[in-house]
Amino acid sequence: MSQLNAVEARHAVKAFGQGDNAVRALNDVSVEIRKGEFFTLLGPSGCGKTTLLRLIAGFEMPTSGTILLEGADITYLPPNKRPVNTVFQSYALFPHLTVAQNIGFGLEMQGRPKAEVKATVDRMLALVKLEAMAGRKTSQLSGGQQQRVALARALAPSPKVLLLDEPLSALDLKLRREMQSELKRLQTETGITFIFVTHDQEEALTMSDRIGVMSAGKLQQVGTPREIYTRPLNRFVASFIGETNFVPATSDGSTLTVAGGYQMPAPAATKSGAVTVTVRPEQVKLTPTAEPGTLPATVRGVVYMGTDMNYQLHLADGTEIEACVVSDVTGEAALAAGQTVGVTFTPGSLQVLED
Amino acid sequence: MSAAEEAQAAQSVRNGWLLSTPALVILTLFAVGPLLIVVVYSFLAPGQYGNVEWKLSLDGWRGILWTKDIFDDTYGLADANVTIFWRSIKLSILTTVLTFAVGFPTAWFIATRPAKSRALWLFLITIPFWTNLLIRTYAINEVIRNEGLLNTVLIKLGLISEPLRIIYTDTAVFIGMAYVYLPLMVLPLFAAIDRFDMRLLEAAYDLYASRMQVLRRVILPIVKPGIIAGSILVFVPSLGAYVTPRVLGGGKQMMIGNFIDLQFGQGRNWPLGAALSLTLLIIVTAALLIYVKYANRDVSNGH
Repeated sequence: MSQLNAVEARHAVKAFGQGDNAVRALNDVSVEIRKGEFFTLLGPSGCGKTTLLRLIAGFEMPTSGTILLEGADITYLPPNKRPVNTVFQSYALFPHLTVAQNIGFGLEMQGRPKAEVKATVDRMLALVKLEAMAGRKTSQLSGGQQQRVALARALAPSPKVLLLDEPLSALDLKLRREMQSELKRLQTETGITFIFVTHDQEEALTMSDRIGVMSAGKLQQVGTPREIYTRPLNRFVASFIGETNFVPATSDGSTLTVAGGYQMPAPAATKSGAVTVTVRPEQVKLTPTAEPGTLPATVRGVVYMGTDMNYQLHLADGTEIEACVVSDVTGEAALAAGQTVGVTFTPGSLQVLED
Repeated sequence: MSAAEEAQAAQSVRNGWLLSTPALVILTLFAVGPLLIVVVYSFLAPGQYGNVEWKLSLDGWRGILWTKDIFDDTYGLADANVTIFWRSIKLSILTTVLTFAVGFPTAWFIATRPAKSRALWLFLITIPFWTNLLIRTYAINEVIRNEGLLNTVLIKLGLISEPLRIIYTDTAVFIGMAYVYLPLMVLPLFAAIDRFDMRLLEAAYDLYASRMQVLRRVILPIVKPGIIAGSILVFVPSLGAYVTPRVLGGGKQMMIGNFIDLQFGQGRNWPLGAALSLTLLIIVTAALLIYVKYANRDVSNGH
């Protein structure tokens, strides 16, 4: 049912340059973004996430593929004909207009009646708590306030989809945290579909309903923050989001042998042969001695991280892994460097990667 | 403040005056001095063979717009003078409008080139400044005269059978001035457009503005200081233009500049010439004051 999707990209390809020099910023990306969800495109710079956003906004046309908005083909519609608005990374506020005029700009361009423009602007000013700033020039505002004006300006025409291009990257940490919850609140209150682009995995995990992880012009995985974190499909996704360990393993289709010793039932549809499994440091459990059924390991180093104690371990087969254990009340390490310990994993925490 | 500090402050004020003395002397001698002479002359009576007679008279100022009837000594509106004023103002406004219409796309084109080629384009814009104004004006003459380049080409192409009569008309003066003053419009426009944040175009386009609305509601208001500066830079010298109307207007299509020249030459009416010069100065000052007012308003808006 494509009617349920706010935005859909089908086999979107965007190449820059000509012939042999052409670079594919987007390489066959298909994604469905549902109505009313907070969807985040997450990836390192140059992964194609901003290009995908610009295709949806209409600033770029795809080399091939289609973009649908609520089921209608908008691939070649110019930006001013799309009910989609953007919050720009640079905010791009109009310097010659006041805060209220900035917010009302889209409505005015749509030719809405003056009374309606004014009512909506007032409502938006209240929504972003800038009533007192209505008559100011945007250059008189702080970074956080400018950010909120940019949001209000993009929300004022009630777009079907709001696109946010790394809007928080220019703010300091404290302000960014505030704006994260602010954004989430606005999204819930307005019910508008948000497509948020970021390279900050923490931002993505805390705000999103679903995340699309991108790398090298391809969509690597789409899922809820929990799915992305606990069930990464491949090495890129696992390493890009949070800290993780990669451990070699072999599978005979039913049993998985990890790091040459630890055995566990293989998840369904695991291919036979050599595979890589990933496990989060906090799912690595340590016993003070290498008991049978555990993987023997040597403690290489201990790092006190405040809430956690981080152990660097050297497994018998040569693999280096990390374990993360919640610190006890004294902050003293339970295990010392050089000690031989036993390693096990929380049941179900091992994830077999596709590549 | 202690006595020592006061003495030091007084000393620094004295030093300040001392350092500015050369500049003040030069300004008094060469800027204020001649202007004062012009002011004084405008209130004197014309001499028989040019120069002035040291006798207070308002005829110079009166002569700007009124003329004395040779039979009954009554004053009537000087139609010829009004025509000259009107032509000067009309042609200056037209020149400003045309240079803007041509200069804006040009400046936009240059400002949107990559940094490397931008320098070359700006260099090309300034090339006409390297040649004497008179030579350039004669070059335009060569293009638009009856047997000139333009008419020859048009006749050869069969588009016209008779040469277009452009030379020695208002149109010729207008074309010539637009050509001469175009760089003065392009450069300030370029400076303004160069500072313009192109990302605002996407923002406006994203917010449902059509191309026309982007131009009218975003680009033009933001580059307005450049438009005003360019307009003043073109309008002011156009109003006082001398060479261009002389060469391309053929002495008949006079502008204020030529009219002033006439009073000091064949007209032998220096007081009228002085009064006309001051009138021109007043018009230009008024234009500049309006500019300063606009510019200040923009600066205060920007902060």
